[in-house]
Amino acid sequence: MSEPTLLDQVFAQENRQDPYPLFAEMRKTPVARQPDGTYVVSAYEHIVTLLHDPRVSSDPAKRGLPGPGQEPAFINTDPPKHDRLRRKTTSFFGPPHKPDLVASLEPWMHETVNGLIDGLAGKTRIDIVDDVAYPFPVSAICRVLGVPREDEPKFHDWSGTLIVALGARFHPEGQEEVFQKAIKASQELMAYLTDLAEAHRESPADDLLSGLVTDEDPDRMADEDIPATSRLLLIAGHETTVNLIANGMLTLLRYPEQLERVRSEPGYVIRVVEELLRFEPPVQMIPSRSALEDIPLGETTIPAGSGIILATAAGNRDAARFTDPDQFDPERQDGAEGQHLGLGGGVHYCFGAPLARLEVQIALQTLARRLENPRLVQDPPEYRPSPVLRGPIHLPVEIDAVRPA
Amino acid sequence: MRVVVDLTLCQGYAQCAYLAPESFKLSGEEALMYDPGPDDAQRERIMRAAAACPVRAIFTEPAPGTKA
Amino acid sequence: MTGPIAIVGAGLAGLRAAETLRREGYDGKLTVIGEEAHEPYDRPPLSKQILTGWVAADHTTLPRLENLDDVDWELGRRAVSLDLAGKKIVLDDGRAVPYDRCLIATGVRARPWFNETEAELDGMFVVHTSDDSRALRQRLAAKPRRVLVIGGGFTGSEVASVCRMLDVDVTLVELADAPLSGALGGVIGAVAADMQRDAGVDLRTGVRVDAIESDERGRVDGVRLSDGTDLDVDVVVVALGGIRNTEWLTGSRLAASALGIGCDAGCRAFDGNAIVTDDVFVAGDVARFPHPIYGYQMMTLEHWRNALIQAEIAAHNMIAKEADRRPHVSVPWFWSIQFEVNIKSVGVPSMADQVVVTQGSTADRRFVAAYGLNGTIVAAVSFNDGRYLEFYERLIQEAAPFPIRLDNVDQATGDDPVPAAFPPQSELTNRPTVVLTGHSPTEMRVERKETEETAA
Repeated sequence: MSEPTLLDQVFAQENRQDPYPLFAEMRKTPVARQPDGTYVVSAYEHIVTLLHDPRVSSDPAKRGLPGPGQEPAFINTDPPKHDRLRRKTTSFFGPPHKPDLVASLEPWMHETVNGLIDGLAGKTRIDIVDDVAYPFPVSAICRVLGVPREDEPKFHDWSGTLIVALGARFHPEGQEEVFQKAIKASQELMAYLTDLAEAHRESPADDLLSGLVTDEDPDRMADEDIPATSRLLLIAGHETTVNLIANGMLTLLRYPEQLERVRSEPGYVIRVVEELLRFEPPVQMIPSRSALEDIPLGETTIPAGSGIILATAAGNRDAARFTDPDQFDPERQDGAEGQHLGLGGGVHYCFGAPLARLEVQIALQTLARRLENPRLVQDPPEYRPSPVLRGPIHLPVEIDAVRPA
Repeated sequence: MRVVVDLTLCQGYAQCAYLAPESFKLSGEEALMYDPGPDDAQRERIMRAAAACPVRAIFTEPAPGTKA
Repeated sequence: MTGPIAIVGAGLAGLRAAETLRREGYDGKLTVIGEEAHEPYDRPPLSKQILTGWVAADHTTLPRLENLDDVDWELGRRAVSLDLAGKKIVLDDGRAVPYDRCLIATGVRARPWFNETEAELDGMFVVHTSDDSRALRQRLAAKPRRVLVIGGGFTGSEVASVCRMLDVDVTLVELADAPLSGALGGVIGAVAADMQRDAGVDLRTGVRVDAIESDERGRVDGVRLSDGTDLDVDVVVVALGGIRNTEWLTGSRLAASALGIGCDAGCRAFDGNAIVTDDVFVAGDVARFPHPIYGYQMMTLEHWRNALIQAEIAAHNMIAKEADRRPHVSVPWFWSIQFEVNIKSVGVPSMADQVVVTQGSTADRRFVAAYGLNGTIVAAVSFNDGRYLEFYERLIQEAAPFPIRLDNVDQATGDDPVPAAFPPQSELTNRPTVVLTGHSPTEMRVERKETEETAA
């Protein structure tokens, strides 16, 4: 049994609560060939280079990995198909065709978060995840996508199973049962979404899924691409945002002076969210890229056909780019705002980023304002299994009271 | 407010167009047109837009982070 | 250094230079002289969102990124001469502004229609200043019968694009075989031509304007083209590029001509003997500087980002110690927004002899094309595919071989590079905003015809 690699250690559950020292070690070999021929890239500049390199593919089929068994969603495709799918999905979500959709959700978001927090009145112990960080983004993505909120328990399970498998895929030893469960969950989720698409075709509403299925343009999305697209948005639209809110609250509770500024300074939360995307990103790596041609990078050349893992959470702490990278400093001047790797970069830059930003700004600011004297009960909390989509399972917090909205 | 976007840096991520749609609009899928002299009422949305730009192409007066 | 410092030119370059001086700790006397009676303002919106009516013409004042309260603003004042020995700038009201260091950033003005009588007609427009843009916007809002755009460069094409957005009939006349061919070559120009025609522009290539006709009240009411057609036209937009504002330096003994003011890579101006001056710096559209990537050929760039970067470097160098000076050598970048396409370029395409589409599809108007010279990559252009350009920038910086191997990437057709088809310079109406003028900064001989209409 060989020595565990740094990547093995990052994947190990016991390191979930603080992988950053391992990332620091990783950065010493910024382009690191793994025993299986995959390359792990952990330096900020190299990651940015690869995110804009047309020789880097996102299609697992081109890397020889098993496909999902049906049409992949756009995150796992390359141009030109990627561009067609993403453009079509965007036409029901944002500019140029629906420029006001996300911004117009702001009042609903305030109402929803406040409603969730109202429900905590009288309690002295709450769970940030169960009480706000999970239900709020789920409601948001269901509303945008057109998924009935009452079906949430079903896809909560499917989604959780799939996320575990997502991480296991790049580290597959001993994970057969995880993959079996994931295949089943995937089939059930896809069947659910196919039925839902049909239901929207029968009675369309003003949501993304209805848009896709009733589209009469000659370039409409093919039927076989719709379930995968809606699955991507459903899972990505809550797994990641849930963790950003939870990681965010955890960080603010560890830095009480920052929490106080979020509470009292209008607009400060905007910079806090960007710094959180750098400092405690919910997506810790982009694991499924590959090289279509030989790619010289740093002192090495990544051979054509190699798998590439972009260790974005490692790049986010790269001292070559960020001054005092291990300091949580929302006011840093070295380029943190927007230029972290927490949302990726290049053509696959996070699709739902504006929605997530707005949700997390509103959630954190409202929590900061309305929770009186919040204290962490458990630090570190217990983490979810995935090393790729990282966040606490629960975040128990004690409070004195809930202030009115 | 005064706004200038360095359109050489802009790659059409459109975070600004999502977060401050009155002030930033896409022409086609990637090209950005914006209002260089927006109302002060747009200030919070424009601050969100400037912070969200992945290439830090948005410059404003007053600067983001200064108190109104 | 204690100053005083004078900046001649209150556009983007002048403003950024002033900000850089203050940011880097220069707190002495600083005077900025600008011919237009406006605070420094941004020009790109003038051919786009001002003409569509979304934004008012006087709304493009540039944000100040540093405190410039303690600056003497001489706006609405023109500099008429520079006394190199006496170290002063003379203004049109007779006053002299003394300097210890000065920066010349006087930019360009729109090339007027060559026929002076026709140029004075009601209905003739150029697009360069905010006043120009306001006036043209008013006419477009009144729904003209037909607009004629003379010149198919970036500005002319953008104006044609706005006309179509406003559902206004427009004819664009371009002497070369395709629009944008001066800057991007005929192969990519052909794509631009398709974009125009798809949008409903009446595009006439290989054609010039023979005469502009007017009614009894001196208003434009028609135009005669060299292809034999007469058009009923009531608005004419002359988009034939810019003339560098260097005439005021005649007699200054600086290396100044219609082709720019020669300077070194540190933005210090050359005098007429090709000796670099110590105290006079140049930035922006007027600067004619050597670029190492292009064999140290002198070039002038009418690019927004060049003005920005060069102004910062010039300002830094004005107050830095010699050992801390920086060269202006970054790869040029450019953009244009037209017909719902974001066109971006990196490097200098007009240096190239070959071009090849490396990614995407020209039919989809989403692609990247790379340009090579003698087997080395020199530039790239993207249409709605800008996220990949920094990859090409790196290749240009590394003088990578051309063509690059991208066999397995996005719609790779395996096409071989083809000649880029840049029109010979004398043919141009859309003369490129990059003008290469040889190796010597003292070359005062004009290499090509100044006005377009010199054929009998």
